[in-house]
Amino acid sequence: MKYQTPSTTKEAAVLIKRERGKAFVLAGGTDLMVRMKIGLIEPDLVVDIKHISAMQSIKKSASGFRVGAAVSAAKMGENNALKKAWPGVVEAANLIGSDQIQNRCTIAGNLCNASPAADAVPALIAAGAKVNIVGPQRRRTVAVEKVITGPGTTSLAKGEIVEAITLPKRLPKSGDAYLRFIPRSDMDIAVVGAGVGLTLDNNGVIKSARVALGAVAPTPLLVAAAAKAIVGTKLNKAALEKLTVACTAACDPIDDMRGTVEFRTEIAGVLARRAAKIAYKRAGGK
Amino acid sequence: MANDTKFRNRKFKAVGTRPPRPDGLDKVTGRAKYGADTFAPGQLVGRVLRSPHAHAQITRIDTSKAEKLNGVKAVITSKDLPDLTDGDSDLYDTLENCMARDRALYDGHAVAAVAAIDAPTARKALKLIRVTYTILPHVTDVDEAIKPDAPIVQPRVYTSGVSPKPKSPSNVARVSEFGHGDVEAGFKAADIIVEKSYKTEQTHQGYIEPHACLASVGPDGHGELWVTTQGHFVFRNTCAALLGMDVAKLTVTPSEVGGGFGGKTHVWMEPIALALSRKANRPVKLEMTRNEVFRSTGPTSSTSIDVKIGVKKNGRITAASAYLRYHDGAFPGIWAMLGAMTSYACYDLKNVKTVGYDILVNRPKVGAYRAPSAPMAAFAVESTINEVATKIGMDPIDFRIKNAAKEGTKSSYGPTYGPIGIGPTLAAVKKHPHMRAQLKKNQGRGMACGFWFNFGGETCTDLNICVDGTVTLTVGTVDLSGSRTSLSLIAAEELGIPYERVKCNISDTASLGHNDMTDGSRGTFSSGMSIIFAARNAIDDLCQRAADTWGIPVKDVVWKDGRALAKGKKHRKLKSLSLDDLAAASSNTGGPIAGHSQIVADGAGVSFASHICDIEVDPETSATKVVRYTVIQDAGKAVHPDYVEGQFQGGAAQGIGWALNEEYVYDENGRLQNPGFLDYRVPVCSDLPFIDTQILEIPNPNHPYGIRGVGETSIVPPLAAIGNAVSDVAGVRMTHVPMSPPRIRKAIKDKQA
Amino acid sequence: MMAGTLVSTIINGDQIEFACRPDETLLEVLRNRLGLTGSKEGCGTGDCGACSITLDGRLVCSCLVLAVEAEGRKVNTIEGLADGDTLHPLQTNFINHAALQCGVCTPGLLIASKALLDRNPNPTDEEIRFALAGNLCRCTGYDKIVHAVKATAKELRKQ
Repeated sequence: MKYQTPSTTKEAAVLIKRERGKAFVLAGGTDLMVRMKIGLIEPDLVVDIKHISAMQSIKKSASGFRVGAAVSAAKMGENNALKKAWPGVVEAANLIGSDQIQNRCTIAGNLCNASPAADAVPALIAAGAKVNIVGPQRRRTVAVEKVITGPGTTSLAKGEIVEAITLPKRLPKSGDAYLRFIPRSDMDIAVVGAGVGLTLDNNGVIKSARVALGAVAPTPLLVAAAAKAIVGTKLNKAALEKLTVACTAACDPIDDMRGTVEFRTEIAGVLARRAAKIAYKRAGGK
Repeated sequence: MANDTKFRNRKFKAVGTRPPRPDGLDKVTGRAKYGADTFAPGQLVGRVLRSPHAHAQITRIDTSKAEKLNGVKAVITSKDLPDLTDGDSDLYDTLENCMARDRALYDGHAVAAVAAIDAPTARKALKLIRVTYTILPHVTDVDEAIKPDAPIVQPRVYTSGVSPKPKSPSNVARVSEFGHGDVEAGFKAADIIVEKSYKTEQTHQGYIEPHACLASVGPDGHGELWVTTQGHFVFRNTCAALLGMDVAKLTVTPSEVGGGFGGKTHVWMEPIALALSRKANRPVKLEMTRNEVFRSTGPTSSTSIDVKIGVKKNGRITAASAYLRYHDGAFPGIWAMLGAMTSYACYDLKNVKTVGYDILVNRPKVGAYRAPSAPMAAFAVESTINEVATKIGMDPIDFRIKNAAKEGTKSSYGPTYGPIGIGPTLAAVKKHPHMRAQLKKNQGRGMACGFWFNFGGETCTDLNICVDGTVTLTVGTVDLSGSRTSLSLIAAEELGIPYERVKCNISDTASLGHNDMTDGSRGTFSSGMSIIFAARNAIDDLCQRAADTWGIPVKDVVWKDGRALAKGKKHRKLKSLSLDDLAAASSNTGGPIAGHSQIVADGAGVSFASHICDIEVDPETSATKVVRYTVIQDAGKAVHPDYVEGQFQGGAAQGIGWALNEEYVYDENGRLQNPGFLDYRVPVCSDLPFIDTQILEIPNPNHPYGIRGVGETSIVPPLAAIGNAVSDVAGVRMTHVPMSPPRIRKAIKDKQA
Repeated sequence: MMAGTLVSTIINGDQIEFACRPDETLLEVLRNRLGLTGSKEGCGTGDCGACSITLDGRLVCSCLVLAVEAEGRKVNTIEGLADGDTLHPLQTNFINHAALQCGVCTPGLLIASKALLDRNPNPTDEEIRFALAGNLCRCTGYDKIVHAVKATAKELRKQ
């Protein structure tokens, strides 16, 4: 196995594109190292991106936030401006594993590992996040919900690397929240995840919303019908019921050792309601 | 007097105090050496190839490519472990479990092994071994395995315990029956009968340290084994037998043990390490991965239990029965038998019948796990007890008190009880502030009782007095959680010297006679008893030395508070002699002063506990949270109260995990789906509240200090305490452990339907 | 044979150089090449915390870090927690509060507890429990561990 520490994103992309064998990106290693340990993968090349300056920081600008791909979830949780603007995204990132995992894992890695249950992803989808992708020849930006194509697979071509994830400018009267269901109090993979982002008008009525579900389908879902159910409302009982119905309808989960189809489908509605209420409160709704 | 086991009441000076543990410094600095923490020059890395199939014929193993790989020094299959068991079927089972012979019997069953110069070479070598399997039908469920068309797991096993002897093999390895009286008549006399069935899933002891050993065997038949084990003498006997070595020529040194709970009382891969070392003529270090620990060691049984209890309206139980189906994995065991024995041990019953069915399935060989088989039986019985109490409108604690076993009760498994703690623990529950704490919304409360036998067994110890009067103890029971401290306290108590003057060492197998394992809560009990006798022998010698020094008859010498005193008016001018004085003079008075004891410790004393649990269940998701937990248990005499509390809390935590989240999940191919700590969910720190403890001390009449075993009983009540609490808040009886949120949700919805 | 890499790092304050394969974890190197067996492998997949160390002051599972990543960085393990023969108050309190039984999880728990108190000198019970959620203990039920950490936090705040 070869280990490389390129200093630019382009270098990293070229290394991966050129590798004839199996090449992997190493950020926090909290997924990669596990797969190596259990024998699922035997890399020929590991490209460590933590020395690339374009990936190392959280930048706030007029157009929003840019979170470099090598930024740990812990560092995101220590960034007060980010927490204030996007509490849902940060709390989702901070739910991934233990403190030990938090000091290493990244939301870019969480995204690219492409687990249907990835905690950061529903929150990023609900926030309308975008992904800056760099390849050997070109750069492109895609909506985060377009990255994961199936369990363990992404729409990235060989040699393409995520350089940063961007969050749009925070509109006033906006709030987001992420909740997940796990059987213990910590350390579990989400059985269901729900991310809700919304913006209110001056009367406290929801004028725009995004609702995303995790672990209830082969990929995290952006559920347009769920957003529609609450737009134009103040999250009254009827709206919450419609939200539940939309979420239930969108679910296409499996029975596995973490949850049954029945359980996941029911809990998706419960968490979506609860997350919507928290986001609503954070947006200033009453 | 030396070997008198009778309890004599006394005021203790050392026993019952809380000094810091002697192994603490090494453990908090990382210096303590566990199974994987030692290295030998020239050592090889061992790795084991394991079957991915639940049941398969092994038609061919081609190791030729692996053997030719550069850096590989030995490759073994069952051919390198020939059958020397000479008709001993238990030993043969151990041999076959160690390495498959002609059939793989479970996912994870070892089929071959290699020793190589480093880990990557060993990994590569395993990949080069070609095993040809013919997959056979398998069965992993305990109730499926007894159906007439179930595949037979072991064609050599015929049901024992039935008459007439069966003519064809069966997955029912053994039927055992306990009880007394006439349950038919008893049920006829009942005003109300409750019958219910329960299931519990398989769990693992979950020790944080995987199995590891370093084996070194020479061509002269001498060998050394460094290993994490609860019983190095038993390991020595087993490994020597399987490898055809003389027992005395295999020296086994126990490392510090990173958790055992019964799972390290059995040999798993140690014979493989020894066989590899013998073939390669180099030391071999063999460590299990966590995946292997879950797949290939000794988890518990999963169970299916039917309980029937009949009661009169006044609250007296008229009859009780239980039919318990436990699986043993792929090799016969006594697990259902133990369940049948413990089921009704807490109660005073005129008519009781329990029948245990030990059933074979294509899963790993079941091993002991802290009060083995008792937690599942207690779940079934204690849940039903609550149902019965509710049906007759009686408080569940009062109902238990009314039917509790006491001194003189003939137990459901045979013996008659001496003074016991079940009544006192129930009385303590009633008085405990936990019972008066206000429950919040969505919270429920449950309580349950538990029992464990505790064991004695073969024990051998030495006590040596050093020239400066400090004392070394040499014991053969591995220290799992603090027995070195407790044994030092006991020696200090008996000799009448300060605790700090005593050092306790765990010896290797070369330095002492046979000691049974540290299991059955016997470590402190048995070695403690043996240390008392060894100390008394040493005291006899000390008194003789004093008598010789003074020139008086030894009958005039008495030992008190660490000193020899000449008793009687005529000797009043003689100044007392301390242990230090006598030690300093020992080379002139007859040489080294020591005491030795070898006994079969008996009368460990049964131990009872009652637990109280408050649990919160989310009304929409059924997520559970343990908000309060109390353990009340009879310890006989708490030698070191902090450590007794630690045992109570640790056992309770394991029971809580078992009750709520821990289970083995097999797929339809019989493959274990969750062989790791991610999806085998043991409690983490944030899952638990502080666990309150109350130690009761009802002295064991058969131990000089009244000590009872304490380590195991605390895992017995939690499944039922939580079951009763969840049933209380959910409004439906939970009958399937673990009571994970999807199961609770389903039970609630099924009831609503 | 995989090519070896020379790594230069600071471990418990000492300048250390070691050679390793690129695919070796930091845990494997600490234990098998450097004789620092205080960090344990309980699972190898970041679920149990028995291998906890700090990397440039950050609490991590050493089983999930490649040894080569330690180049130029500061590693602190259990062997460096005491200051010569003076135990860290956490170590003393773990012993005094009987917060260990078999002790195999203890090194990881001490490192994680120190990491907690370094960033939060006055944690609530809940904060302690969640900070230690990445360290499995099977013997104690965590009760006396939390008491030991609380007592230490109190002591350190007084200093």
